[in-house]
Amino acid sequence: MNYSLVVLGAPYSTASATTALNFAKALLSSGHHIFRVFFYHDGVHSANKLTTTPQDEINIPQQWQALKEEYNVDLVVCIAAGVKRGILDSSEAERHEKNCSNMSNAFELSGLGQLVEATEQSDRVVTFGC
Amino acid sequence: MSSNNAKQVLVILSSSPYGGSLAKEAIDYCLAAAAFEQNIQLLFTGDSVLQLLKDQQPTGISQKNISKMLSALPIYGVDQFYVEQSALSCYGLEHAPLCLPATPVTSHQMSALLADANITLNF
Repeated sequence: MNYSLVVLGAPYSTASATTALNFAKALLSSGHHIFRVFFYHDGVHSANKLTTTPQDEINIPQQWQALKEEYNVDLVVCIAAGVKRGILDSSEAERHEKNCSNMSNAFELSGLGQLVEATEQSDRVVTFGC
Repeated sequence: MSSNNAKQVLVILSSSPYGGSLAKEAIDYCLAAAAFEQNIQLLFTGDSVLQLLKDQQPTGISQKNISKMLSALPIYGVDQFYVEQSALSCYGLEHAPLCLPATPVTSHQMSALLADANITLNF
C-alpha cells in the first residue's frame, strides 16, 4: 500500500517524531511504499542537521537521512512553517541574507501543494500530531 | 498536479484558536487544498469549536484573526463544515453565532464522516 506521513510534533518534545520514524521503518520493512513524509508545524525541527544528541539517544534527523539513503523516501519540509522556525537550506539562507543554514540535505523545502499531492497520490495518510 | 481527483479529504480540527499555531497552519493547508480544487470537509472537534466564535480580537496578542481566515474558505469553494455537538455543549455554545455555517454532528454522525472519507488529516 502507498502511504504518506504527516509529522506535526517537535522531536524530543513529543513522541510524534520518533513514532513517525518507527512507523516509517515498519512500513518499509513490511514491503509498503511511502509516497512522501511531510513535516509541518513543529515537525519541521526533525530536519535540523545541527541536532546533537547524547550517544545513547536516537538522532532523529540522522535516522531520516539513513532511511532516505536506503529507500529514497521523499522527505518534504513545509517552507513557510520551516523558515519561520529557523529551518533553512542554503538557498533560503542566502535569499534571507542569513550567514548559515541548518537543514539536512536529505530533506527538501517546498510548499503545502506537496501535502495536497500526497493526499491525492496515497492510499493512506497518517498524521503524527503534537 | 491533477485537480480532477474525486477523493474526499476530511480535515479533523481539535486545536484551540490561539493556544498554539496549529489552528492557523491547519487553515493554511485548507486554503492550499481549496486552491488545488480538492474535495475537503472540515470537522471541528474538542477545543477547536472555539475557532468558530465570532468577534475574535486577537491583535492584542499579535495573532491573525482565525475566524476571519475561516470565513475565507467558502470564497474558495469549501462549503462542508461540521462541528461536534457535544463540544459545543461543553463550552455552552449551542446557540452562539458561529463564523461558518457548520452542521452540528453527534458522535455517531462523526463516525459516518470518518467512514466515508478517503483520507483524514488531523490538526
